[in-house]
Amino acid sequence: MKIRVPMDSAAKALGADAVADALRTASEAAGIDVEIIRTGSRGMIWLEPLVEVEIDGIRHGYGPATPADAAAILAGDSNTALGPVEELDWMKRQTRLTFARVGVIDPLNLDEYAAHGGLSGLRRALGMSAEAIVDEVKTSGLRGRGGAGFPTGIKWDTVRLAEAPQKYIVCNADEGDSGTFADRMIMEGDPFTLIEGMVIAGLGTGATKGYVYIRSEYPDAIAVMGRAVETARAAGLLGDVLGSGRIFDLEIRVGAGAYVCGEETSLLNSLEGKRGVVRAKPPLPALEGLFGRPTVVNNVLSLATVPVIFEKGAAHYAGFGLGRSKGTMPIQIAGNVARGGLFETAFGMPLGELVNEIAGGTATGRPVKAVQVGGPLGAYFAPARFDTPFGYEEFDGQGGLIGHAGIVVFDDRADMLGMARFAMEFCAVESCGKCTPCRIGAVRGVETLDRIRHGDASAIPLLTDLCATMKDGSLCALGGFTPYPVLSALEQFPDEFAVPRVAAE
Amino acid sequence: MPQTPAQPDIAELSALIEAHLHLEGPLLPILHALQAAHGHIPEAALPLIASALNITRAELHGVISFYHDFRTAPAGRHVLKICRAEACQSMGATGIAEATLKKLGLDWHGTTTNGAVTVEPVYCLGLCACAPAAMLDDRVVGRVDAAKLDTLLAEAGA
Ligand SMILES: Cc1cc2nc3c(=O)[nH]c(=O)nc-3n(C[C@H](O)[C@H](O)[C@H](O)COP(=O)(O)O)c2cc1C
Ligand code: FES
Repeated sequence: MKIRVPMDSAAKALGADAVADALRTASEAAGIDVEIIRTGSRGMIWLEPLVEVEIDGIRHGYGPATPADAAAILAGDSNTALGPVEELDWMKRQTRLTFARVGVIDPLNLDEYAAHGGLSGLRRALGMSAEAIVDEVKTSGLRGRGGAGFPTGIKWDTVRLAEAPQKYIVCNADEGDSGTFADRMIMEGDPFTLIEGMVIAGLGTGATKGYVYIRSEYPDAIAVMGRAVETARAAGLLGDVLGSGRIFDLEIRVGAGAYVCGEETSLLNSLEGKRGVVRAKPPLPALEGLFGRPTVVNNVLSLATVPVIFEKGAAHYAGFGLGRSKGTMPIQIAGNVARGGLFETAFGMPLGELVNEIAGGTATGRPVKAVQVGGPLGAYFAPARFDTPFGYEEFDGQGGLIGHAGIVVFDDRADMLGMARFAMEFCAVESCGKCTPCRIGAVRGVETLDRIRHGDASAIPLLTDLCATMKDGSLCALGGFTPYPVLSALEQFPDEFAVPRVAAE
Repeated sequence: MPQTPAQPDIAELSALIEAHLHLEGPLLPILHALQAAHGHIPEAALPLIASALNITRAELHGVISFYHDFRTAPAGRHVLKICRAEACQSMGATGIAEATLKKLGLDWHGTTTNGAVTVEPVYCLGLCACAPAAMLDDRVVGRVDAAKLDTLLAEAGA
């Protein structure tokens, strides 16, 4: 009997290890021969720990499971039974390209990875010229999943065309945005897909060395990636790539708790062993990046999507999506939601459908007041804007951004002035300090919001003015985008910023 | 009281630093390794790092003080990180954190008087779909409430 229990950290945070232990103990007690396989998570976090029992090749789900359910799960009569996992509505409504294997395979089993389509993209890429590889990525329409949405193929081409004795592929796994965890789930659930994507990036650009910069807040992801790199090296996926004579190797590096190190130039400084301050651009990292060498900096999801593009073809990938937002996006639904987790779908689904239908509204059962999309630098959307389709241009048109595609839901008790203040406070804590609008502006922003809180109406124009300065004058999007949550809260919830009326003027 | 850590051995520190010198950009890996071994970056290691990497003490101080993770003094025996970021706030993290700090008589970054636990804020643990979230050392905990935090703190000996 094969039983799968996730080892994803969200599943562990909800007790998956204890459930796995209980299943082991119960199976021994019942004398049933059970193989327990640890996998990534399917992304249905509200059902975690989600145990899957394989019967005649079909996986039957039980969740959320507790250790007390173990014996009944083995007997097949647990009231946590959900039926075949693939038939669940949440699974059927998705288009899982980047996440096809996550929750399905043993993350560290390279044979199982290959049996599920892994490495076929790389094998195809090995037969192509660097130019053809880059063209394939261009044709797929893939845009950077780290936030800015820059076309990945164009970035790669810049690096490909740069002449240098050494080029680098740097994977940005700093994932600091609240409400996002897709990078973590890939690294914990299908690490070889990220490694394969980086190898293909190396072949396409002439880079022979890669780094994955993982935030220190992700000890599980760091451990899984470390083991995956060792396995990949031993199996010849890294080094002399599948015996092709082409070289690519990579190293895992760990961040040190600075949000701004997710910004690509700050990340490069950090990798070099410096303070993680932002660099002025130009020069672009693609021309002068790590140690001054041409460097691709890509988000985990961008790189992890490359293998499926090569496996199924660029046209297949580009066939999904909306307008210039091609392909699929692993959307992360979080916060106060009935059903939180990872939902990969073609671009274009309206925000309201994600919040109300997919996520099932709030966990508290209260009305949704606002959702923040795109992390701490993303705008708040009130339900009046829920018809916005999930796409780069569509969100931009509403004064927002999709960022790394995290959606954080708040119920009607949310204090929007408080959330605006938090945005400024976070910016003040995390500012790298290099530019004044961000470093000083954020501190002034907190003070100004406190004045508004205490009834000083004259501070509201000051706040909008300050936000304009931060937007226009900051060196990077930390200071530059912090005004998004602040101003979107002010615009859509003006009453909460209104001065309490003093009786009789 | 927190135990005064034994003075680290210079040869041992040097060996640990040297083990990383073959890396490109070895400073962060060195600092992480020192902190993993000693719980903080020992004062005695600073001149050794500066000379091994040919950087000034001021530059080194600049790097260590830039990153929230690095400490120059020992923390408690356990570190409890409580997420303060938006998704956790939407599920009541702020109130839970405030109550916990109050009960322990601590501010953020403070250590209980018996030296058992240091409480740190963290901005997202990637557990935003099972918020509020916390982490005791390397162990993640989701859907945290006052009772779960009490259990964790008791386990850690706070
Ligand atoms: C303050 C700040 C934090 C960022 N954090 C991340 C991050 O955690 N992960 C990420 O991939 N990109 C992050 N970015 C975006 C990166 O600068 C960069 O655009 C991205 O890594 C490029 O990869 P992509 O083209 O694949 O998206 C951040 C940007 C800023 C301004
Ligand atoms: S916001 Fe708390 S875990 Fe992400």
